[in-house]
Amino acid sequence: MMSEPHLSVRGLHKWYGAVHALRDLDLDIPKGQVLGLIGDNGAGKSTFIKILSGVHQQTEGQIHFEGKPARIVTPRDAMNLGIETIYQYTAMVPEMSIARNLFIGREKRKWGVRGFGFLDQRAMAKEALEAIADVGLHLRSAEAPVKDLSGGQLQGVAIARAMHFRSRMLILDEPTNHLSVKETNKVLDYVRQLGAQGITVIFISHNLHHVHEVSDRIVAFAQGSKVADLETADTDVPTMIDLIT
Amino acid sequence: MSLRHILQSKPEASAFLMLMFLTLVFSLLSPAFMTYGNFQVVLQPIPEIALVAMGVTILMISGEFDLSVGSVFALAPMVMVLAMAAGIPLPISMLAGLIAAAVVGLVNAAITIRLGLPSFIATLGMLFMARSLTIVISGGFPPPFPRDLDLWWIVGKVDLLRVSIFWLLGVGLLLGIWLRKFDFGSWIFATGGNREAARDMGINTNLVKTTAFVLCSVLAGFAGMIQVFRIKAIVPSMGTGLELTAIAAAVIGGAALTGGIGSVVGAVIGALLIAFIENIIILTRIDANWFRFAVGAMIVIAVTINKITRDAAGRGKHKDGNDE
Repeated sequence: MMSEPHLSVRGLHKWYGAVHALRDLDLDIPKGQVLGLIGDNGAGKSTFIKILSGVHQQTEGQIHFEGKPARIVTPRDAMNLGIETIYQYTAMVPEMSIARNLFIGREKRKWGVRGFGFLDQRAMAKEALEAIADVGLHLRSAEAPVKDLSGGQLQGVAIARAMHFRSRMLILDEPTNHLSVKETNKVLDYVRQLGAQGITVIFISHNLHHVHEVSDRIVAFAQGSKVADLETADTDVPTMIDLIT
Repeated sequence: MSLRHILQSKPEASAFLMLMFLTLVFSLLSPAFMTYGNFQVVLQPIPEIALVAMGVTILMISGEFDLSVGSVFALAPMVMVLAMAAGIPLPISMLAGLIAAAVVGLVNAAITIRLGLPSFIATLGMLFMARSLTIVISGGFPPPFPRDLDLWWIVGKVDLLRVSIFWLLGVGLLLGIWLRKFDFGSWIFATGGNREAARDMGINTNLVKTTAFVLCSVLAGFAGMIQVFRIKAIVPSMGTGLELTAIAAAVIGGAALTGGIGSVVGAVIGALLIAFIENIIILTRIDANWFRFAVGAMIVIAVTINKITRDAAGRGKHKDGNDE
């Protein structure tokens, strides 16, 4: 069991037209590890996570998830596998309620099939409140539109959403962008909790202090290739800066 | 719930208040306004305008726009009447007209989604193409409308109303429930409210938009058929300019051009408001050329009220947001 990596990629390449955005990536991530992914703009981090989350497809290479070959063509494929991505822009619809946002695309139905299902609004409201309470966010109602929430609360809802759907692997893309110090600390707390619950995390941030603080392991990308793979304990922020510049 | 809260959470609330207010003012302006006979006249064309406005509203919620509804309003019944003239029974002729409308919707969707053109441009092109097609297939002469049809089930008179108003209520109720209580309805709001988020959360936003385009077109075609049944005649130029009235009704009813906001009830209220204004201008013998001025002013007022209430909601956020 210990020998099996949670996620394993081999020989991953991505071309966007003439641009070689990801070059021959090999990477194994054990279950429950918080992996900090660092690199300058254009280093290939976003390309890698877009492949894992089903937004783009690799040009070449294999992905194994939980020991089985994984074919990730659409975002739904990734979600069905249990890979959830939390984007820096937080994938929320501002005018819609917290409950509706939590269940976007995966609504609870009283009857019917997906695409023609009658919503179970009461169950969604109840479960939404429980889910956000689980990440330490206490709101009076899940019916308020998410545009009324602060940036940190939004990230909390996004993480609650991922936890609620029992995602087994969470990709956090710049989750602390545009957040106040207090809210950033809260998000970093969420990340530590995730690792402690056995959820594998890929954490991406330009803020190397944040990455160093929460990650078990640091992987650096440059020009589409993996240039370093280190235990966090063996490195420090100045070394990390050198790696990516 | 406070008034402020209702104004913020119901997109049609400000239009509803305007409707109440103007109904009151108009009753005072003209004793003939609030009469049985007058309502009979005012409500006649409402199902036709409101059905088109509903389709436009739902499409606007999904984040797109349709300028071709006025032309489809003529094309679909033209196909139907020509089919009937060729001896095809009414139900099949109607189906043929609705399919023609659906095809227009599909083409609008394909141009917008596959070619990536703004729907404003795609459907502006379709406005001309569908109108031209209507005239071409009619051969330049409006075909005669069969006189011996039993049309009670769709435009028959029930007291001061026509049966078509029940079609409006029925279709409106179904669409309202679909939008608010079904998962697909939620996806329409999500697609228009934040397309990237909807897509990343696994919603097929292209399918959502295509469905909205087709629905909008089919509703416009159906509305055109109701008008043809009511007037018992068809002219290829029918519905010219209707796209602007329908969009005005949608916008007055609270639909946002940016997508993600709007309601079916709002579309009906918007259509009623426009019809009431037209009516009071006739009743009070004001120069009819003021009608467009009044509709224009109403658009600006309605959108301004919506903007003010939404901005007020935005300020509320910063007040309560930071103490969490």
